[in-house]
Amino acid sequence: MTTEQLLTLVVGLGAFLLLGDLFIGILNGTYSISRVARYAVEGTLYGLIIGLAGIGLSMTYSILNFANFAHGDYVTSGAFFGWGVTYLVAGWGTANFGHLVLVGPQRGVGGSQLEITITSTPVAIMAGLLVAGVGTALFVYLIDRIAYKPMRGSGGIPLLITSIGVAFALRYLIVFVYSNRTRGTTSGDLPSLDLLLVDGWVSVDAHDATLIIAAIALMLGVHLMLQRTKLGKAMRAMSDNRDLALVTGIPTEQIIRWTWMIGGGLAGSAGYLMVLWTGTIDWQFGWLLLLLIFAAVILGGIGSIYGAIFGGLTIGISMHLSMVWLPGGDFTTITAFLIMILVLMIKPAGLFGGKTTA
Amino acid sequence: MSTNATDTRVRLETLWEHDAVKILAIFGVIYLTYALIGLALGYSLDGIVNTLRRMTYLIAVYGMVTLALNLHWGYTGIFNIGIAGFMAVGLYVTMMLAKPTDPAGAAQYAGLGLPMPVAIVGGVVAAGLAGLIVAIPALRLRADYFAITTIAFAEIVRLGITSGALQEFSLFGIELGTGGGRGLIGNYGDPMNVIFELEVFSSFVDLTNSLFGFGPRQARALAYSMVLVIVLTGIYWLIQRTSRSPFGRVLKAIREDEEAAQSLGKNTNHFKIKVFVLGCALMGLAGILWRFRRTGVTPEAFRPHVTFYIWIALIIGGAGSNTGSVLGSGLFVAILFEGPQYFRRLVEQVITFGDAPNTFAGSVAPILSGNTAPFVRYTFEEFQTLQFVLMGVALVFLMHRRPEGLLGHREETAAAIPLIRRSNDDSTAGRGGDSS
Amino acid sequence: MSDTEIGSQSDTVQPEGQQNDVELKVDGLVKRFGGITAVDSASFEVESGSMTGLIGPNGAGKSTTFHCITGIHRPDGGSVRFQGNDITGIRPYQCADYGLVRTFQIAREMANMTVLENLMLPAKQQSGEQLWRSVMPFARRDVIEEERELLERVWDILEFFEIEHIAEEKAGNLSGGQRKLLEMARALMIEPEMLLLDEPFAGVNPTLEHKLLDHIHELREEGYTFLIVEHDMDLIMENCERVIVMHQGSVLAEGNPETITSNEQVIEAYLGGDV
Repeated sequence: MTTEQLLTLVVGLGAFLLLGDLFIGILNGTYSISRVARYAVEGTLYGLIIGLAGIGLSMTYSILNFANFAHGDYVTSGAFFGWGVTYLVAGWGTANFGHLVLVGPQRGVGGSQLEITITSTPVAIMAGLLVAGVGTALFVYLIDRIAYKPMRGSGGIPLLITSIGVAFALRYLIVFVYSNRTRGTTSGDLPSLDLLLVDGWVSVDAHDATLIIAAIALMLGVHLMLQRTKLGKAMRAMSDNRDLALVTGIPTEQIIRWTWMIGGGLAGSAGYLMVLWTGTIDWQFGWLLLLLIFAAVILGGIGSIYGAIFGGLTIGISMHLSMVWLPGGDFTTITAFLIMILVLMIKPAGLFGGKTTA
Repeated sequence: MSTNATDTRVRLETLWEHDAVKILAIFGVIYLTYALIGLALGYSLDGIVNTLRRMTYLIAVYGMVTLALNLHWGYTGIFNIGIAGFMAVGLYVTMMLAKPTDPAGAAQYAGLGLPMPVAIVGGVVAAGLAGLIVAIPALRLRADYFAITTIAFAEIVRLGITSGALQEFSLFGIELGTGGGRGLIGNYGDPMNVIFELEVFSSFVDLTNSLFGFGPRQARALAYSMVLVIVLTGIYWLIQRTSRSPFGRVLKAIREDEEAAQSLGKNTNHFKIKVFVLGCALMGLAGILWRFRRTGVTPEAFRPHVTFYIWIALIIGGAGSNTGSVLGSGLFVAILFEGPQYFRRLVEQVITFGDAPNTFAGSVAPILSGNTAPFVRYTFEEFQTLQFVLMGVALVFLMHRRPEGLLGHREETAAAIPLIRRSNDDSTAGRGGDSS
Repeated sequence: MSDTEIGSQSDTVQPEGQQNDVELKVDGLVKRFGGITAVDSASFEVESGSMTGLIGPNGAGKSTTFHCITGIHRPDGGSVRFQGNDITGIRPYQCADYGLVRTFQIAREMANMTVLENLMLPAKQQSGEQLWRSVMPFARRDVIEEERELLERVWDILEFFEIEHIAEEKAGNLSGGQRKLLEMARALMIEPEMLLLDEPFAGVNPTLEHKLLDHIHELREEGYTFLIVEHDMDLIMENCERVIVMHQGSVLAEGNPETITSNEQVIEAYLGGDV
């Protein structure tokens, strides 16, 4: 108890000192305002992706009661599904079907040749995002049937171990099908909005804007689904108390199915948007994102979708802001992991108190 | 006739009960199979022996880590998925301690120039300390949170080593460096020189030369594998003793029901911290022995893959059994780690494939017209990738069908003495009998 | 904790209106979970060498009280004294060190350990619990000697409970009643002075129940103190010399079985709801 309070005090003091330093540094000109603002914007965008992917992880974590280590690879899968469709729509006829649907596994026609941007090929991107969501939802449901459903009664730990196996198999299946090549997916030419902020420019381009709009729309959608629909209410009930839900006759298997599908759909969409935002795709970006997603979910409290969003934003922004003090970007991920470990030490239930998918 | 047959069967079954027999039998089959594959591939004798030598090296190192993990998970129920991190701490600290003080060459970083035995102890202690740092705050967490903490720790270690900031740094005025992403070169003398420079060793070189046609380099590698087997035996003995003792009994009780163990007067945190530190130190040792004889190391070696391998080995063998851990490591290396490559070579020996299509699409499209050959060729071309898929599938399959592994169902007695029935005529029967 | 210990000693000097020593004294115990107060300033005493029953309807806070006494929960208020020592909020393992040992409502045997292992586990002062002694060849000799002695003690206790035949059985394979016996035997292996039994007769068949009761009476005559939580009113009234009744988190009545059975509040609390 007291050690936790002491830790909280130390962390609070540390955060206060850092923010104070940032504030003073900005005022006296040590830190460039526009640079800090750029970090904040980048952090927010990154945080939206983490948060969006985190919602699904948080939902399955609380309803199925296990940490799914394959979630990061769902993100990657979704990105490949979606971008295959985007390539197909944008490049129909310019290259063969196989090359396009596999997002250009070999050198040849790619994002820049197809001139893919949200402004020049909006339909291709909309279609891609849709397929990323729906395709991943179905894919994740299939994985549940094969890998997790036979173990429904097992505890959280055997399921966790299984999910590590699923993650591994899935990641290399992606390599098998899509190859391990890292490729560019978008063309660099796109309109952007540049703001002059005292000592420099902060720019937000069309893909940043797409990411913001799509992420917020999806988050709002989940919110409405959970609050307004019968399914959402049942999900919340089940995440609160599974045994009770069983007794009260809530069809748990059906809810589990929907939880996987919604969570998977959001993960796939997040993966698609991440690739749109960064302009590159490779076979392991989702896996590398996984621990950050965990960090967000734990920070916000497992089971809370608002917690996941909040956690994602906090993690994203702190990661980028850390570059104010630790330049070079080597320590951004380390910063995020340290925040997660600190939260586990101080408040393992998360900032939103855990429980209740609401 | 039939009684004779059942007699032999019974005798074989009782023989099988001995762990040494199990280990010898399974390893015998593995080695024999590989020798036969080597023959089929047309390898020369030194090639075959070298293959078996490499297998031994891998099995021994993975076996050590699996035993350490068994101590954590199998005995105590501590869910550690940060194994790679503790191995990395061990190896990097040892290398930094052992590297010469004056950096030679462009890509080199300075070390402390300590003698190798000191450096090894330093690495093992550092890995243990890393375990302590993780354990003290984190062991009270739920198993899944603890797992996430350990993997985050391992990634922090890996990213920290990779980062440019620690590539070269000075600590209290001493120049050190992790080498960053470029890695560290082991520019010190062969750590095994203590043995290799012995008078006797030259006759070992001669012996292997006359037996297998080995050169001195191969002879050294063979001797090193043998040293690793001895270390593995030592660790097996250590962990076996640890588990068959009152200490091990408390560990087992923690795994079963920690709260009840506390109510029975056991300060479980104390035990957990001790056992976690011990296991992490052993993982550090295994990390050192794994790679300190190589020319160098990069942080890439400590990706979470390593942790994943060890978990598969543990689950194959059966958590909770030390013999199972060694067998699991052997089967993992033979079937999942090395096996697929040998299988591929064997198949290619028999069938000659034409050029494989470059992409998955190129391999699938002909299937529609009934031609599966391109797909098969592509599969073989991408065999290394599929091997990883196979490992993942194997883990899922094991968790579905046989989560207790090969020997996990067997309970190993947690006491320093065999728990046998009291004989009534025992003169010591009355001693210490006033329990009430 | 040391400063409260001094205070506690002065307390024991003054007998609290009874000639018998007070073994356990619970004073104003409070435990809250979120907004619910599970134990609401409960106070009672248990005399040395007595067999005291703790009864009350479901949700009266009996088990939570046990958890608070034995350190599984940290109380939010009040104090617990055992043999004059303040043991409020101590850790469960420390509680056992003081000589106060509990059993659980649902037997918590170590399912994958044999009965022998289960019984060897709790013994105190085993040098083999130090890792180095168990590993180093010279020290291990002593450990082995200790283990031999311990095993003898275990066989004695198995004989006492007449369960030698299940000695090599995995605890998880035992019947419900056997588990209860095992739990009690295991608690005795700590050589405690007082036993807190949480529903020791639940799920036990009548024959075994009688046996268990005989054992408890036998042990009590040897000087052990018992505090027993039990649902079966008759059983408590027949076997305990003192009864504590809890209701809605606090103590409703305390006294010998006759006064309790005639206490109107108790009757109402019990018969008003479900018995």
